[in-house]
Amino acid sequence: MKTKSLFYSIALVVGLPLASHAKLNVVTTTPDFAAVAKAVGGDRVEVTALAKPTEDPHFVDAKPSLILKLNKADVLIEGGAELEIGWLPALLQGVRNPRIAIGAPGRVRASEAVELVEVPATLDRSQGDMHAMGNPHFMTDPVNAVLVAKRIADAFCKLDSASAEVYRSNLMKFESAVDSKLAEWEKLLAPFKGQHVVAYHNSWPYFARRFGLQIDLFLEPKPGLPPTPAHLADVMARMKETGARVIIVQPYLNRHTAESVARNTGAVVVDVAGFPGGVKGTEEDYVKYMDHLVTSLANALGQSVGKKP
Amino acid sequence: MKTVQSVGLVGSLRLAGSLLFACALVPAPALRAQEADQATQIQQLQQQLRTLRETFEETLRQQREQIEALQKKIDALQSKTPDSATSSPPVTTPPPATAASPPAESGPPKVARETQETKPAWSPTSPIALLGGQRSYLNISFDALFAAGSSTADDIPHLQLGGHDPVQRGFTAQNLETVFEGYVDPYFRGQASLVGHIAPDGDFHFEAEEAYLETIALPANLQVKAGQFLTEFGRINPTHPHTWSFVDVPLVAGRFLGAEGLRNPGARVSWIVPTPFYSELFFTVQNSQGDTAYSFRGSGHSHDDHEGNLIFGRERIERETEHLGDMLFAPRYAVSFDLTENQTVLLGASAAFGPNNSGPDTDTQIFGMDFLWKWKSPRHHGGFPFVAWQTEVMARRFEAGAFTLDENGDGLPEVDLPRETLWDYGLYSQLTWGFKRGWVAGLRGDWVSGERGAFYPDPDRDTRWRISPNLTWFPTEFSKLRLQYNYDDRENIGVDHSVWLQFEFMLGAHAAHKF
Repeated sequence: MKTKSLFYSIALVVGLPLASHAKLNVVTTTPDFAAVAKAVGGDRVEVTALAKPTEDPHFVDAKPSLILKLNKADVLIEGGAELEIGWLPALLQGVRNPRIAIGAPGRVRASEAVELVEVPATLDRSQGDMHAMGNPHFMTDPVNAVLVAKRIADAFCKLDSASAEVYRSNLMKFESAVDSKLAEWEKLLAPFKGQHVVAYHNSWPYFARRFGLQIDLFLEPKPGLPPTPAHLADVMARMKETGARVIIVQPYLNRHTAESVARNTGAVVVDVAGFPGGVKGTEEDYVKYMDHLVTSLANALGQSVGKKP
Repeated sequence: MKTVQSVGLVGSLRLAGSLLFACALVPAPALRAQEADQATQIQQLQQQLRTLRETFEETLRQQREQIEALQKKIDALQSKTPDSATSSPPVTTPPPATAASPPAESGPPKVARETQETKPAWSPTSPIALLGGQRSYLNISFDALFAAGSSTADDIPHLQLGGHDPVQRGFTAQNLETVFEGYVDPYFRGQASLVGHIAPDGDFHFEAEEAYLETIALPANLQVKAGQFLTEFGRINPTHPHTWSFVDVPLVAGRFLGAEGLRNPGARVSWIVPTPFYSELFFTVQNSQGDTAYSFRGSGHSHDDHEGNLIFGRERIERETEHLGDMLFAPRYAVSFDLTENQTVLLGASAAFGPNNSGPDTDTQIFGMDFLWKWKSPRHHGGFPFVAWQTEVMARRFEAGAFTLDENGDGLPEVDLPRETLWDYGLYSQLTWGFKRGWVAGLRGDWVSGERGAFYPDPDRDTRWRISPNLTWFPTEFSKLRLQYNYDDRENIGVDHSVWLQFEFMLGAHAAHKF
């Protein structure tokens, strides 16, 4: 009797559903969180990503069908660093789901688990579309992915204690998979330390920092603005200066711009995705996604070395 | 059987309890203890850092406010002593007291440095920077919508039916809108739109277009909205002019729902229906009087001009709210399907019922159907390319009261209108094509007509149609430039051509876009 009341009081304090054997219904804003949630949750969770891996995550349509998905969710995993600011608030206004309200155990803000870089000192949109809380593309650093996975596992354990062991061991597996791969990835990119790489948008500071690259030349003149001829000329000049010979392009970006810059500079255009599934074969698997990202970049960098003009 | 089951239940509860313990108190097996330790340490440090940062920013904010207040005082005093005004040295902003002890990270010290070196007492962007995002109780944004252009029509205010449409040759300040938005407490979200526009005579009209709260924690998929708000009727009515794809309001909405749109103080309940697809029921009760209830107990003429307080030839009478039936009731049902990954359809049926003041016992019913189909590329960049097709069809049944006017008292009334039921119909259909990042081409067709009544001709009911092609350029999502041509054909008046160039800018908190 005593143990029973003790148990109830604990359950009350933590506020848990006593026995939930149904799968946790997990909704994530972007497919990278979905991949990590899938790795942690395994077959105990049902995971849906609201954004498609190929689309621009800043501009997802707030379709009514997404309201329904959020309405039924047990868990919402969002970046929380303004990447979704143009569409998630509009969806949440009508969602009426207390399980994923701010502060509820089912609301996971991934950015809280990591340290954001490039927090702007002043907010001034003459500098382009800014992210006031820092650069929100933090999942391209595998170490951040593990930190986020831990946060997700904590949430899953809280909401579905019966499967806690499973979540913990899945987390272990994910962590060790990433850890062992990380050594491999670092080795692959080690020869190119300090090299400059060109991207369209500043989505890669976390990735660059992790692997010692400098992805600091951007085809767009300011965040959110389309490339101008003058700016592209400047980029090409700086590519020659810095010896940058690789341009990475995401699925939703105009490849023609990158190709014409590449033609003029003898650079290589590499298709990479910002999210698992953005490139075929990387669906719902974070490690596969990173693997593709690192190897295609390493290949391109290797190629470009032999191609010195 | 029962005991076995309950024993089993207790057992599983215990198991769950112990697992819960394992989860909450002993987070990892011994092997990973060190690692977990480290992780918690890191987390604690991060937490500390965050708290420090928050305190730091809070202090910074307070100091800035003090500085600004002092600056204002100085300015005020200086303006009283004209001599010193010219020779006053620039007031150097003292460094914030906490600047010496911020955490040794890259973000905050930079803020401090910026403040020290360059921060003026006030700059147009600074209040917005402080009042937005997740660091503030209140999101503020400001949106300004202007138009410039011309028309061949002699009566442009009659040609353009919307209260925020361009209404004169030259420039029109269409819509200057300030939006306040935020969570009130754990139960409500609040939003207010304060809107101004400058009338052709130069007068500035200011109105609380919307101010409402919305529940966020009701059970059973219910939500209540209460306050002053735009009636949930169709697609155009509940939205604000700056979200529209065209310079002006569709004719059918302007005619049936009024220049300012149908909106009033009231309450709305909505329920997400438990269907496998999205479907939602709305029910709105609002006041039915005032100049924002044009087809009901409204006031004034549709164009807000000097023709007096007339509707369809009748004088609007004084009609009080006496019972529940004198309120405005507006039900709506909306469903949406994703036809494919990239195509979405949204269908809605709306109605609005209420009394009108053309007679002591006359009522109005408005019915509407709306349809939206949208395709968006699975590889869109900045939301482009896309194609959207939106159509609204409406019908209005208006019981018009009898009206006689015998001005010269000769027993032969100049105006003698019988009691009759007036049916009006209308629709608009618009196609928008975002063909390239930042560029949208649009084409809209409008048609409105009414069954001929005793009062004829009536420009408010006569047949009219309009074709409007336009081209919009969005330099960013915070600004736009739009060129539109209108070909108008009005029964009993004739054909008119208009060209409008519209421009918009937006400041402050990033708006989220509804579908």
